[in-house]
Amino acid sequence: MAAPAAPVSAQHPLVRWIDHRLPVFSFMQKELHDYPTPKNLSYWWNFGSLAGITLVIMIASGVMLAMNYVANADMAFESVERITREVDYGWLLRYVHMNGASMFFIVVYIHMFRGLYYGSYKAPRELLWMLGVVILLLMMATAFMGYVLPWGQMSYWGATVITNLFSAIPWIGSKIVTWLWGGFSVGNPTLNRFFSLHYLLPFVIVGVVGLHLIALHQHGSNNPLGIDKKGPQDAIPFHPYYTIKDSFGLAVFLIPYAIIVFFYPTGVFAEADNFIPANPLSTPAEIVPEWYFLPFYAILRSTPDILFIPAKLAGVILMFGSIAVQFVLPWLDTSPVRSARFRPVYKWLFWILLADMIMLGWVGHNRPDRIVAGFQITTFGWIGTLWYFFHFLILMPLVGKFERPLPLPTSISQAVLAAKEAK
Amino acid sequence: MADAISGHGDGETRRDFIVLAGAAMGVVAAGAAAWPLIDSMNPAADTLAAGSPIDIDLGKIAPGQQIVVMWRGKPIFVVHRTDAILASLQKPALLEKLRDPESAVNQQPPYAKNANRSANPQFAVLVGICTHLGCIPKYLPEPSADSPAPDWQGGYFCPCHGSKYDLAGRVFKGVPAPYNLPVPPYTFPTPTTLRVGENPAGATFDLASVEQL
Repeated sequence: MAAPAAPVSAQHPLVRWIDHRLPVFSFMQKELHDYPTPKNLSYWWNFGSLAGITLVIMIASGVMLAMNYVANADMAFESVERITREVDYGWLLRYVHMNGASMFFIVVYIHMFRGLYYGSYKAPRELLWMLGVVILLLMMATAFMGYVLPWGQMSYWGATVITNLFSAIPWIGSKIVTWLWGGFSVGNPTLNRFFSLHYLLPFVIVGVVGLHLIALHQHGSNNPLGIDKKGPQDAIPFHPYYTIKDSFGLAVFLIPYAIIVFFYPTGVFAEADNFIPANPLSTPAEIVPEWYFLPFYAILRSTPDILFIPAKLAGVILMFGSIAVQFVLPWLDTSPVRSARFRPVYKWLFWILLADMIMLGWVGHNRPDRIVAGFQITTFGWIGTLWYFFHFLILMPLVGKFERPLPLPTSISQAVLAAKEAK
Repeated sequence: MADAISGHGDGETRRDFIVLAGAAMGVVAAGAAAWPLIDSMNPAADTLAAGSPIDIDLGKIAPGQQIVVMWRGKPIFVVHRTDAILASLQKPALLEKLRDPESAVNQQPPYAKNANRSANPQFAVLVGICTHLGCIPKYLPEPSADSPAPDWQGGYFCPCHGSKYDLAGRVFKGVPAPYNLPVPPYTFPTPTTLRVGENPAGATFDLASVEQL
């Protein structure tokens, strides 16, 4: 184990002078250096720090883009082209930002599925998980509004379809839509407010990330075994062990990110229709959201009439409900065991849920009238939607009660040493 | 004296009342302060003015021709219908293929709820937005054996998901679009002028009230 760093009290007098008045140095010492972290974290625990770094990349590139972007319906598209062609390194900023959104969602989705697999949302980390869901919602709003800013065809029509969702609300729906638009259709006022909010929300995300980290550091990271640390022998200091591991993870993450930015900047995540300027008189053949919204888009479009609720409203309710259910997940899961490693039944349900989400994404990607194996594709979407809610609302509470978990190791340290012996 | 301090005597004090009343006033004040912020997102006065009615010179539309004008950011189809088109709208063979031939669903003003879906049979005025997913249907008035669909009788065809409407904007059965094309409020201030966005005298119809735009 590395020698503990010198405490702040033994450092330069100026450091001590500042720290006495503003304890930034002792804060960093405690939270970034000494911070005891389970010694058995796998690479799946890299994605939290990767998400944080991606957020910084997005804000930095976004602030620079905003200096040349013009939030006006007549000029937005051209200003983005100008950034790409005329501004020094504008192409780099644009492609880093544009593809960064997708990279951000990849990282965050892996981060969340890791939490689902290892039960990271369970006591005492319920608020940590819920703050994460808040971050996801803010990210979705930010990404949606950011996608509108280049004012291409998919920007315009995506904004039209998504804002029109709110017209499904009974009585006040059309008034809300007009209020969101600031006009009678998606137009210049809409573009202006989306730019304003797209600039604002990332900083709100930074704030919620701060709360997320405070909640994390209160009890520390969960770990692949899902058992609590029993003493200092189960932990190692964050620095240098996890600073180096996170740095290595970052380097690996940046490789595919850079390959996309430099070699396939518009070929992997971009939609060809968005390189055509917005035209209110011509709809693209198919309006598809960005990939990270596809499972939710599938829920929206596959939901049929439910009792007296028309399909459109039911779809909106279930789409938002699919995120809302995550807020109560810590109380839906009744199992006292965190890690799926020791939960023989839940482990399978996890993989089925992942497959279900991928299937929903595939449904969302296809035209709703496509026929697959004799069924309209929305049939698969509806089955996937029902399974999603069945998983969280019915199976999670029941499986926790009836499943017989495998025996848990007595401590992290014991399990780590036993694994080493076995080699 | 004790009464004055403890108020009603059952644990409620004058202070409780003041705190509650103060908090309630605070909530009202916060709401009043928030309202201008919220309301500022509604359409501005000039945006509303730009959404005021527009006049179209009907003399310039040839028989059988469709023009597309923008009103409130929406494409408005105006068709100068020929007698042949009008006659075709009443054919039983057509009517039985339509989902809502009588225009029962609220997709039009009362003065356009008739066999031609029009206040003046000669002119069709429609909002050119497919009721399925908001695409813009194509105007294909000529009958054809195979294009864009087999046994095409003339009408509107949506290129996105193949929804079909007749020349009165009435939707066919068996296509994804659920409703007829909406009809906006309109009137004829002179015999050769169409005004979109204004009802005839005595009528009140708000386009936002239709089942689906």
